[in-house]
Amino acid sequence: MPLELSPSAREKLRAIVARYPDKMAACLPALHLAQQEFGTTSVEACNAVATELALPPAHVWGVATFYTMYNKQAVGKYHVQVCTNVSCMLRGGYEVLRRLENVLGLRAGETTADKKFTLSEVECLASCGTAVCIQVNEEYSESMDPAKAERLIEELRRA
Amino acid sequence: MPEPTKIVTQHFGNEAAKTLDGYERSGGYRALRKAIQTHPATLTDEVKKSALRGRGGAGFSTGMKWGFIPKDAKTVYLVVNADEGEPGTFKDRWLIYWDPHLLIEGSIISARAIGASHIFVYVRGELVREYGVLSRAVEQAYARGYLGKSVLGTGWSCDMVVHRGAGAYICGEETAMLNSLEGKRGWPRLKPPFPAVKGLFGQPTIVNNVETLMNVPYIVEHGAEAFANLGCKGNGGLRILCVSGHVERPGIYELPMGVPLLQVIERDCGGMLHGRKLKGVIPGGSSMPILLADECDVPMDFDSLMTWPKIRPVESRPGVPFELAPGRPLRTMGGSGGVVVMDETTDMVAVCARIMRFYAHESCGQCTPCREGTGWMARVCTRLAEGQGRPGDLELLDSIAVGIAGNTICPLGEAAAWPMMAFLTKFREEFAARIPKAA
Repeated sequence: MPLELSPSAREKLRAIVARYPDKMAACLPALHLAQQEFGTTSVEACNAVATELALPPAHVWGVATFYTMYNKQAVGKYHVQVCTNVSCMLRGGYEVLRRLENVLGLRAGETTADKKFTLSEVECLASCGTAVCIQVNEEYSESMDPAKAERLIEELRRA
Repeated sequence: MPEPTKIVTQHFGNEAAKTLDGYERSGGYRALRKAIQTHPATLTDEVKKSALRGRGGAGFSTGMKWGFIPKDAKTVYLVVNADEGEPGTFKDRWLIYWDPHLLIEGSIISARAIGASHIFVYVRGELVREYGVLSRAVEQAYARGYLGKSVLGTGWSCDMVVHRGAGAYICGEETAMLNSLEGKRGWPRLKPPFPAVKGLFGQPTIVNNVETLMNVPYIVEHGAEAFANLGCKGNGGLRILCVSGHVERPGIYELPMGVPLLQVIERDCGGMLHGRKLKGVIPGGSSMPILLADECDVPMDFDSLMTWPKIRPVESRPGVPFELAPGRPLRTMGGSGGVVVMDETTDMVAVCARIMRFYAHESCGQCTPCREGTGWMARVCTRLAEGQGRPGDLELLDSIAVGIAGNTICPLGEAAAWPMMAFLTKFREEFAARIPKAA
């Protein structure tokens, strides 16, 4: 089913487009907007962006698939992203990831049946001095260890 | 003893200085007032003389880079690289959070120097909080006349747009960043033409790192000499070292250029975690060659890290130094200032495999040697880390790394190949031990 941006999102997009000398430059911000609006940057969401910016749909899809923060498939209500890159690894990143896999009963990359949690292993979040770092949706939780990470999930379950 | 000088971290922990009023009270935007009365060419000369070198990775002279803008250029862009992603580096997030106006002031002055009226700040996509902090600060700067149609009433116009990335390490590479800003995939461009000649939207463009730009107001206010004197020969000022891994106090340390690495670990970071023994240190983000414990008395400036005789040259295979140019062996480099400290319990094969998986994930896919080679190194390293190595794996890794280095459009190829070669040079026995002996 074709998707369309809401009038308010369209309004925001107009303001964004005005900041650049070229319409295509609004492609990344527009995809962020589409993801807020539709929860994903599916092909349909990308097509809606393409229509708004008068870009070829293949261009927008090519951009969406290049960047990891665009969720081509919908994620759970809480997207729990654990950094396991070198600094976090040295301070127990994989132990945190394994614990969360057990607590949530899934493997990294999967979503719980109730669509509440998606667990991902991610690359460096630029928070190496406070390893282990977990990003839940837009927020960072730092200096994590397996026990703290488990408590974080419990809090989110209650929320 | 006098309080050691701090420039870009001076407002860390100071809630008041985050606001525009607080920033102005602490002397903020004074340098801009001075700069706007100064001829742009004089500003560039001052920055050249200050020996300020790019804090993003390459350590190139900032003033010299500015000088590459063609004299007859009409539309010039300044792009602020806040797309921090090099593993082990974590300064941009805090610099923007604690001192957004210092970044704005440094950017406006730099734009003035290069003749730009448009500034784009490319903020890493994950830094949602910092994107908000900086966007609000930019609005305040507009409202008070530091940005806009007539900066401080001079008639000179300067606009600043904060732009969010979307998760791609490669966009920290300057030409990939330009493509990404233009709304494309972050594919690096062939150089030449260099961005200073043909960059964003086809116009002359300078891309500078956050920390680099935040040092500019100090240079304008206190002079090139004062800044240069804070550091060591050819390396002006202070530099942020982001220390992570096995130390008691990981964190951000703004220290004079040339401070010895061991001193940073022992004095600033409180020594090794749990008093364990040091095994190795990556001195400049994960793409830079690792150092052994006995090489860590090296001064942390760009030149010493490249030339310190005690640092054993990286080899392309046993006994053969890998040369950057004839007679110039690769030792290591200062890179992004990400210092990753590893103790005696560290499994170096596992660390190397993790780093290789990172570069395989982040390769943009444009050049065959990098696209295929990074994945190949990751697979071979991972099976070694799991104790499933095969005879010939070490020689295979040697040859893949050599096949990548120097054969790609952008430095991501080297960023993967150099650490691979360095881990093999310095911990070859550990890798060899992961190949099961034939029964």
